[in-house]
Amino acid sequence: MSLTTNPPPPTYGYADLPRLMSLMTGDEKHTAAATSTLDVVWTLYEAVLDVSPTTAEDPHRDWFLLSKGHGPMAHYATLVAHGFFDEEWLAGWGSWDSPLGLHPDRVLVPGVEISSGSLGHGLPLAVGVALGLRAQHIGSRVVVLVGDAELDEGSNQEAIEVASALGLDRLMVVVVDNASASYRRPGVLATRFAVQDWDVETVDGHDRSRLGVAMRQTTSRPRALIAEVDSR
Amino acid sequence: MTARVARDPRETFARTAVDLVTSDPAVALVYAEISGALFAAAKEGHGDRVINVGIREQLLVSAAAGLALTGLRPVVHTFSPFLVERAFEQLKLDVNHQDVGLVLVSVGGSYDWSAAGRTHQSPADVALLDTLAGWTVHVPGHADEVESALRTAVADRGRHYLRLSAEQNDRAHRVAPGRLLRVAEGSRAAVVAVGPLLQPTLAATTGLDVSVLYAPTVRPFDTAGLRAALPAAPVAEVVLVEPMLEGTSSRVVSQALVDRPHRLLALGVGQEELRRYGEPTDHARAHGLDARGIRASITRFLATRGAA
Repeated sequence: MSLTTNPPPPTYGYADLPRLMSLMTGDEKHTAAATSTLDVVWTLYEAVLDVSPTTAEDPHRDWFLLSKGHGPMAHYATLVAHGFFDEEWLAGWGSWDSPLGLHPDRVLVPGVEISSGSLGHGLPLAVGVALGLRAQHIGSRVVVLVGDAELDEGSNQEAIEVASALGLDRLMVVVVDNASASYRRPGVLATRFAVQDWDVETVDGHDRSRLGVAMRQTTSRPRALIAEVDSR
Repeated sequence: MTARVARDPRETFARTAVDLVTSDPAVALVYAEISGALFAAAKEGHGDRVINVGIREQLLVSAAAGLALTGLRPVVHTFSPFLVERAFEQLKLDVNHQDVGLVLVSVGGSYDWSAAGRTHQSPADVALLDTLAGWTVHVPGHADEVESALRTAVADRGRHYLRLSAEQNDRAHRVAPGRLLRVAEGSRAAVVAVGPLLQPTLAATTGLDVSVLYAPTVRPFDTAGLRAALPAAPVAEVVLVEPMLEGTSSRVVSQALVDRPHRLLALGVGQEELRRYGEPTDHARAHGLDARGIRASITRFLATRGAA
């Protein structure tokens, strides 16, 4: 769908992301998580979602929910690149006066749909968002990014089952799979969704061209995209 | 005209919720199997906004919060321990931290289904919810107070909790939202009776020189109403009679009277598990919340005034 005739062009391109991300420092532990999501997040805003700074509050916008909140750098950098907020915010992230935390707060950051950090909340929230939009006859897409280990939280299982049972065909989960889950059985990620009759596809999580095609696709079922990246 | 049987708070809630969801396209009803048969009328034609998530209470709260993010006004319902205690992080993060509003409606209260045992009891629900900001907590004392409480809660945009129990007073009272209602006058102490404990409290205080204040809403607590009802004594005497964990409202009363010398007796459900089944009346007696127990506690409290 198209909301605006003239969405503002991105302020920066993909090539600017390393520099934007380098402005954020101080959370070494989470750097790998941030870069593992970079190509997925960038491609969503560049080629999939219909949302911009001017439509960030529009009831008909597409929704992106970053559930894996401990890797917000890629999201922050992408939001800056698309003009949601100023580059100047990045340098002070995590400080007292900064709206940007090591886990994002939707109340503080334009373009951030949910506050996240505790795992296993984004997908259940997304089920509610998808239900709410459908009840209002709004066909927007709802995309939620989770990590493979995050899916160990049982709350996700509740959401996976109900999303399918209630036919939430506008809902897509992107699982950024860096093989970080403990006690993981081969193929469990795809199986978790497939057994609940989700539409499931696995792609290279750094191939932006394939990611774009895969993430634009919709079917009559909720969709899970397993985006494989280097293991942690 | 046939005599009316006593109305059930849960049925009154369900009938009101069905009316709200069928008449207002912004209202959604989300539940987890419990009471589903009572919502059948709303499912018809409004299935997109009448949502059963099955036995999935984490999702119950999270999905309701997601509905609220899209601008709907969710009414969320199941048994009290599963609504507030089991899904507490979802309340903390998906409701409070996301800064959305919704209306929780529980049944079961402290020991409605006493024969079911501890798993289906949640005397601490209000105390737990009270660790979060911005909740209005309604404890209606009669089925006929449920409808207005629910309509008030749904018409607002904030966070509301309606705690329903099958125990109820012999009649309903009209009370301005958020206020205490003075139902008995006296000069020795102010006794605040919460929700369905008004009736045993009135029975317990017969012949005692105390004011009785009825509280169908406990958060925010009507501190101005309490202060206005205090006798002009050097040391104010206050008694709380609450159908939930004893001391649940002690903090707010203490804050309200920070500038007044006072003594506070907080009656409520004890923290220790009884590990007994039986009837709700058995539990009320065991916790000292029947008329006899309340009277004994208040009499003892007043008799110890000034003792050092």
